[in-house]
Amino acid sequence: MHAVKRQMIMLIIGTLVLLASSVCFGTGIPDKININVIQKYYAGVEFNHASHINSLKDCGLCHHHTTGAQVSDPNCARCHKNSGAQPVVSCKGCHNADPFSPESLKEQRDQQPPVYHRDKPGLKAAYHMSCLGCHQKMGGPTGCEDCHKRNEKGDELFRAGKFAPKTPAKPKKSHH
Amino acid sequence: MIERRDFLKGCLACGVTAASIGVASNDALAAGSFEGYPDAMGVLVDLTRCVGCRSCEAACNNEQKLPEPDLRFDDTSVFEEKRRTTDKAYTVVNKYQVANKETLFRKIQCNHCTEPACLSSCFVNAYTKTKEGAVIYKASVCVGCRNCMIACPFNIPAYSYSSPLKPLVKKCIFCYDTRLKEGRPPACVEICPQQVMTFGRRADLVKLGHDRIQANPAKYVDKLYGEKAVGGTSWMYLSSVDFGQVGMDAHIQNEPIIANVKDFLGFVPMVLAIWPALFTGIHLLATKNKDGHHDHEGGDHQ
Repeated sequence: MHAVKRQMIMLIIGTLVLLASSVCFGTGIPDKININVIQKYYAGVEFNHASHINSLKDCGLCHHHTTGAQVSDPNCARCHKNSGAQPVVSCKGCHNADPFSPESLKEQRDQQPPVYHRDKPGLKAAYHMSCLGCHQKMGGPTGCEDCHKRNEKGDELFRAGKFAPKTPAKPKKSHH
Repeated sequence: MIERRDFLKGCLACGVTAASIGVASNDALAAGSFEGYPDAMGVLVDLTRCVGCRSCEAACNNEQKLPEPDLRFDDTSVFEEKRRTTDKAYTVVNKYQVANKETLFRKIQCNHCTEPACLSSCFVNAYTKTKEGAVIYKASVCVGCRNCMIACPFNIPAYSYSSPLKPLVKKCIFCYDTRLKEGRPPACVEICPQQVMTFGRRADLVKLGHDRIQANPAKYVDKLYGEKAVGGTSWMYLSSVDFGQVGMDAHIQNEPIIANVKDFLGFVPMVLAIWPALFTGIHLLATKNKDGHHDHEGGDHQ
């Protein structure tokens, strides 16, 4: 009986310790991240965060200065050389999912001081520029569907799959 | 004799005066002075970001309810030739292999000029430059003269040659009806995975473009294409190579296209006003002799 109780206590303590250690890293480092900002046309991506951490080591490559890593961009380093870890490190915490809505544009225009972070890409572009940019350099997969399969709505948009043009074929040599 | 000489002198004097007035008023309304509507929107295109996925073409087709394409939108064989906009595709992406082995893609669509040549050339007034920045057109009044196709410095307006009954000029309208009017970005901008296109107030984008060059002078050529070209365009471009290498007119004039013809066109009203009077006078004088009232001594050449 006592043994079971002790086991339970150990388990609870263990969980707490584990939680506490993740909290120390900020918000807890997830091993897998589900990315689904373009799920209208594509299946979501289960991003293997852990394997990317293992192979890259440098958090700053994707997270800029927010994890407290040393920044390499001299322009960022002017302010963030020693700015330390930030409370928000996730992509979607800073990059706007709807960067060109009238509200977002107004917010950007009213930003004070009107100097920094003015050319911040939206969330979808932040993912693609970061992922694709690195994949191109390091020989990772670069095709659209290498990362996310198109769904039916996407096929319809691209006129692919069962929505492919009925009269396919001869690339017309007509000159307009 | 004297009468006739005076008459001709008078005509000449009138003509010269009218011409000089015409030229002077042209200078007062010099083309290129219009700086654009203050809150007009625009798009900053960064050619270094495009990966040639053609999502913009697909989104445009869907948004504008254009006919089925010949090939799927994920077919990259289209890059084998340089395409232009057509009545079935208001935007197309072309691929350019530039000198240093770099591959660049460029999306082509209407640049929505501040002083559009298509608008100036249209004699039925089909075109409008809206305060939001779009150059739109009223297809119902188009008579199919295709002046706008010749006038456009970017070769954008296309013609629905395939439609035998009601062929019309067709081009990108900045998604005016469905999006821009409400302050939302066009479909191509919204779908682009790489944010090749940045949507915002044109005035802000000019600054943003220069800031981007300044922040990365090694990456970009020091020119914001469209800031000044043909009087300024709503769509502007940044590139890592000379714009001529990606199929753009690198030596495009800064003056609006209308400046090329405005002086000449200033003479047209003058001609319309003076010539009828002039030729009526000549006719009267000429026929006066025919009636037999010769003031010549030798009236042998009737």
